[in-house]
Amino acid sequence: MRLGVGTLLRNLAPLVVGVALASILHFWIQPASGAFATKVLVDIGINVILAVSLTLVNGFTGQFSIGHAGFMCVGGYVAAAVTYYGSHRLYGDAFLHGGVLSWTAGQGGVAGPLLAGGDLLFVVACLLGGLAAAVAGYVVGLPSLRLRGDYLAIVTLGFGEIVRVLFQSTQPQLFLAGEIQSQSTWRLGTMLGGALGFTSVPFYSTLFWVYAFVALTLLATYRIKQSGYGRAFLSIREDEVAAEAMGVHTTRLKVRAFVLSSFFAGLAGALFAHSIGSINAGELGFQKSFDVIIMVVLGGMGSISGSTLAAIILTILPEVLRTATEHVNRYLPESYALPDLRMIIYSLALIVMMIVRPQGLFGLHEIWDFRKKARRHEGT
Amino acid sequence: MALLEIRDLDVHYGAIHALQGIALTVAAGQIVTLIGANGAGKSTTLRTISGLRRPTAGTLVFDGQSLVGKPPHEIVRLGIAHAPEGRGIFANFTVAENLEIGAYARHDKAGIAADRERVLTLFPRLRERLQQSAATLSGGEQQMLAIARAVLARPRLLLLDEPSLGLAPQVVQTIFQIIREINAAGTTILLVEQNAHMALQTAHYGYVLEVGRIVMHAPANELERSDEVRRAYLGVA
Amino acid sequence: MGSVFPGLRCAPPGAAIWRPLRGLGRGLGALAVCPSYVPVTKLVQTLLDGLAVGGLYALIALGYTMVYGILKFINFAHSDIFVLGAWISWVFAVRVLGVPDSAGATAPGWTGPLVFLVAMTACGTAGFLIERFAYKPLRNAPRLNVLITAIGVSLLLQNTGQLRVFFGPYPKSMPLLVPDVTLGYLAGVRVPLVDVIVLGTVVVLMLGLEGLIFRTKLGRGMRAVSFNTSLAALMGVNVSAVISFTFVLGSALAAAAGFLFVMKYPAGLKQPADTSWMMLGLKAFVAAVVGGIGNVRGAMLGGMLIGLLEFFGVAYFEPLYRDVYVFSLLILVLLFRPTGLLGRATVEKV
Repeated sequence: MRLGVGTLLRNLAPLVVGVALASILHFWIQPASGAFATKVLVDIGINVILAVSLTLVNGFTGQFSIGHAGFMCVGGYVAAAVTYYGSHRLYGDAFLHGGVLSWTAGQGGVAGPLLAGGDLLFVVACLLGGLAAAVAGYVVGLPSLRLRGDYLAIVTLGFGEIVRVLFQSTQPQLFLAGEIQSQSTWRLGTMLGGALGFTSVPFYSTLFWVYAFVALTLLATYRIKQSGYGRAFLSIREDEVAAEAMGVHTTRLKVRAFVLSSFFAGLAGALFAHSIGSINAGELGFQKSFDVIIMVVLGGMGSISGSTLAAIILTILPEVLRTATEHVNRYLPESYALPDLRMIIYSLALIVMMIVRPQGLFGLHEIWDFRKKARRHEGT
Repeated sequence: MALLEIRDLDVHYGAIHALQGIALTVAAGQIVTLIGANGAGKSTTLRTISGLRRPTAGTLVFDGQSLVGKPPHEIVRLGIAHAPEGRGIFANFTVAENLEIGAYARHDKAGIAADRERVLTLFPRLRERLQQSAATLSGGEQQMLAIARAVLARPRLLLLDEPSLGLAPQVVQTIFQIIREINAAGTTILLVEQNAHMALQTAHYGYVLEVGRIVMHAPANELERSDEVRRAYLGVA
Repeated sequence: MGSVFPGLRCAPPGAAIWRPLRGLGRGLGALAVCPSYVPVTKLVQTLLDGLAVGGLYALIALGYTMVYGILKFINFAHSDIFVLGAWISWVFAVRVLGVPDSAGATAPGWTGPLVFLVAMTACGTAGFLIERFAYKPLRNAPRLNVLITAIGVSLLLQNTGQLRVFFGPYPKSMPLLVPDVTLGYLAGVRVPLVDVIVLGTVVVLMLGLEGLIFRTKLGRGMRAVSFNTSLAALMGVNVSAVISFTFVLGSALAAAAGFLFVMKYPAGLKQPADTSWMMLGLKAFVAAVVGGIGNVRGAMLGGMLIGLLEFFGVAYFEPLYRDVYVFSLLILVLLFRPTGLLGRATVEKV
């Protein structure tokens, strides 16, 4: 492979397009839509990262992880602590110190530099969050991925719980600038708020940053799928024993996929913490992991665009269902009020899907594969 | 009189056409053998008879009843016992428990006890090891156990898959002697073997299977004398 | 999370002296020398609670392990059957029989056994239906699909229970179906009737199951299917029927655990989708894995071990880490003895 300027440009082109789209969302869509729509858009972005990263493990290698929220939690806490305490160290407070890209229209002020020191802090925090989650992924993955598939499910589940308990038993968060200044950095790392969660995280997760990271995630996973790695991953999913016999080092590859997946989950956690301004391990339990699994399963296990689409639909759907139920209930007497049937519908959909179309909506294919196929059919 | 009648049997494994239009008759009271190379479809034929495989086409009639679509446990109740390839004993059971589960489909306690006595007389080695875990038996003993267990189902048709596989010649002689005795006591046997020589010496009638098709069938002693069989399966130039 | 065991007595104020292992050692020593000494009371109390809850874990673990033994998949919905057993007990006692659920209200003596049987029947039926309609169509599908279906079933059970017509979305309190009678004192620890009933029922059910699996023809069929499905079919074992029966049996045992749990901890019965339930189910699952998944005796042993570990950890170390003890044991077992304490090594078939 020759590394010319042209190749480099071609490789980076999708990222440039992604950042451009993120800018459009930030500068044109966000001011026009209300705060609620912006929040939904941010949630969609975070869920897309989660779903696509889980696809790396569940879809590509066919391993079953049900502790995704645990990695999200690790990333979220680490990133939140880095920005919060880091901001205190650098600026003496935990307000936004970013440029235009990290301000939302509602907060006034679109003047100022595009990027500022706070943005750098935030991006570094996100990457550190991702790395911390990746390390956790390595620690969890290495022993359990040596064993048969089911054990990974068990261990990730247990891992998610241990992470929750550990974060919930941390020291109280410090809020006074003076106290924070007097503590060593290492000690600050243990002051993550305990059962109350970690709060007062500056709101850096604007549409721009969220979608820039979405673009990065999508690009990275898509390139992995197209590479020799991707094919090796899929061979593990199809038949682990045969893959091993063909010289695929299955354990090492599974661990790599798992570490990558954890990295992006940590990234999503970081964005999540900076979008709602806090993170609480108690709220990121199995339920959150299951939500992500449902997205991956419905979208097609191994389909990046399918998982993305499912993440978008499954983020909007509950809002729509909730609004619809509220509307109907307004005209019904209270004793006949419709219950929240969302989860019942989801679970039934999941069961029926597994029986009728076990490979998910798109299976391994990307959405555009179907157009290609259709064109090929027309041609013949 | 035909106890088992197979016509135009087709079996597929996914895209692979494993059995193609097999026709086979097993007359009551006889030992019929099915010989052929590895992968010819011998075991598949037995697995289809005992209901583990679904045929894609064709008929299987046992004593006037169609076997197609019946689950294995009902086929056992009709009187067909199958001692599968590779011995297939329950390694987590004792020898005694292995024998007991052979009679799972039966309810006549006295009959089971009598048959148990009979097989333990046939296989005295098993009697010595009744309380031992079946996993500790030697290969030959495991094969004896598999046959004894199948006999305890008191079948009218006994399907034996490669009873000589991996056994010392001495043990093979013993096993085939016992197969003859079981047949002499009134059980019809369909025997699948790679050891064509032993099989044709023991059986009354033989079929030759090649890549999913029956290519020859004749009384066993005629097959044994046929040039093709001698060349291909008996190693005689 | 702290209120999963509302009745649990945490370490008394002076417990700090009896910290870590030293405390446990002295406690055991004191038991031999001086029976009325306070550490003995604490030891006996912890032992009693640990055994009772461990017994419940064991009952749930049996269902996980039996299904795994036969179908080789983790039935994640099993813990929700346990929850179903708990809330069906409440619904039947309060909504159907009309027992008042106000604190301190008692019910006639026949209600307890009746509710117990109804819960077991209802859960057995649910187990049968789940197997028939959700899992059976996937008999030859990849394991991942079955696992996902199990999660679907789990969510369905939880959220059905959340509906107001059944249990509803808020915690309730269970009427006392067993009178709050003290049977006596053991080294200063009050032994209430309900603890004896819980432990007694667990022991009876386990002995019954042991007999069923190792002494009856049906049990032999179950063990045969668990060893090799098609070989068992060739012996005349009706594999589908055995699988159905296994689900019914496992579900009924989970229901028994659910009923006994609400008997032991009647206050603050949580709504079906509450995460604390899942935690209990998970620990039972850990018990199955620790004992050796697929091994019935292992599940019993694992359940007791997990119960004791949890309660001793809470009483003698740090109460906050009650879940960490259990999952750390799980990870240790998976690292050093992945087949569990009583499990056999198996080779993946190609």
